[in-house]
Amino acid sequence: MNRLDTNLPRSDVIDRDFLEHRAKLIDIAAFLDRCERADGTDDFRLRALRTAIPLLIDGQPERARRILESFSDPTSEPIPEAPGKGASGAWEGSS
Amino acid sequence: MRYIDPHAHMVSRTTDDYEKMALAGCRALTEPAFWAGYDRCSAEGFRDYFNQLTSIEPARARTYGIHHFTWLCINPKEAEDVGFAREVMQVIPEFLAKGNVLGIGEIGLNKNSKNELRVLEEHLEIAAQHQSLVLVHTPHLEDKQKGTRLIMEAVRNQPSIDPGRVLIDHVEEHTVKEVLDGGFWGGMTLYPDTKCTAKRAADILETCGTERLWMNSACDWGVSNPLSVPTAALELRARGHHPEAIDHVIFKNPMAFLKQAPAFAKRAEAIDVGHPPE
Repeated sequence: MNRLDTNLPRSDVIDRDFLEHRAKLIDIAAFLDRCERADGTDDFRLRALRTAIPLLIDGQPERARRILESFSDPTSEPIPEAPGKGASGAWEGSS
Repeated sequence: MRYIDPHAHMVSRTTDDYEKMALAGCRALTEPAFWAGYDRCSAEGFRDYFNQLTSIEPARARTYGIHHFTWLCINPKEAEDVGFAREVMQVIPEFLAKGNVLGIGEIGLNKNSKNELRVLEEHLEIAAQHQSLVLVHTPHLEDKQKGTRLIMEAVRNQPSIDPGRVLIDHVEEHTVKEVLDGGFWGGMTLYPDTKCTAKRAADILETCGTERLWMNSACDWGVSNPLSVPTAALELRARGHHPEAIDHVIFKNPMAFLKQAPAFAKRAEAIDVGHPPE
C-alpha cells in the first residue's frame, strides 16, 4: 500500500496542534455550560454528545471512527419515506 | 503546485473564486449536478441547469485556464418524487455526449429512503447503458454510514458497473475502509464543520494509504472553501511529506480515475503539462 508515513515526532505534533485543540475542548465545555444555563431539557443531540465524549479518554485507538459511529444510524433497511432533507448530526433513536 | 479539484459546484461561486483557484494551481475541476438549495419545479429547469453545466461554466473556467468537466443527474435531495425524477432522468442522455460530460453524478442517497434508493438504481441503469463513470454522494452526518452501505450494495447489484469506475464521495473515518475494501474510489470532502477537515483528511491518508483516494472542496452555496484542496496540501507539506507524494494525492489520483472517461482522457495530456483549454 502506498502510504504517507507519519514523519513528525509526537512532540512536534503537540507543538503544532495543542493550542488549537485546547481551544476546541474549552469550546465544548462552554457549550455544555451554556446548555445547562438555558431553560429546558437535553434533547437527543446533546445526549449523543454526552455519550461520545467518554470515547475520547477510553484509551482505545480510532477515536474519530468510533465517535462518528456513535452518532450514526445503526439500522440497515431503507426508511419508508424521507422526513425532510436535513440531517441533525445524531441519530434520534440512539438515546 | 498543481492540483485537480474533482468536486466543485462552480455555478454557486463567483468569478473571483475561479481566479483564486487558478492562482493556487488548479488545472482542472469537475462539477457534479446538485441541489440548488430549493426544489426545481420542472424537468425543463434541469435542462437549463444541464445547459449551464455544459456550456456556461466551461466558458467561465476557460477564462482562467482551468479545464471544466461535469456530471449529470437529479440529486438525491430531489429524488423523493420518483415520477419527477424519471422526467429529469429522461433528459440526461441528451447531454451525455457533450464534450465536458464525464458521467452520472452526484447520485446517491440523502435520507436513505426507499424512493431515493429506487432513483439511485435507475441512475445506475443509465450509467450501465452508457458505460459512464459514476460519482456518488453519500448522506450527511448520522445517515452516512448506513447510506454508504446501501449505495455499495446497489452498485454491486448492477454487475455491469465496475467498482473501480465508481467514486464514492464524502468518506470519513467510519466509511473510508469499507469503500476502499469494496474496490471503489473514495473522495474526502474538505469542509470546515461537516465532512472532513484538512487535518483529518491528512490523518486518513497517513493511516489508510493514498491509493484510490482523492480530496475535493465541494465548494457550493453553503459554508465551504474553494481553496480547501491546496490548504490540505499545505497541511501535508507541514507534516513533512514529500512533494511527489502530495502531487500523487492532489493531481495524479484524480487524473487516474477521471481518465477512464473519454471526455477527460482527450484532454489529460494538456492538463498534465499545464496547457489551458482550447
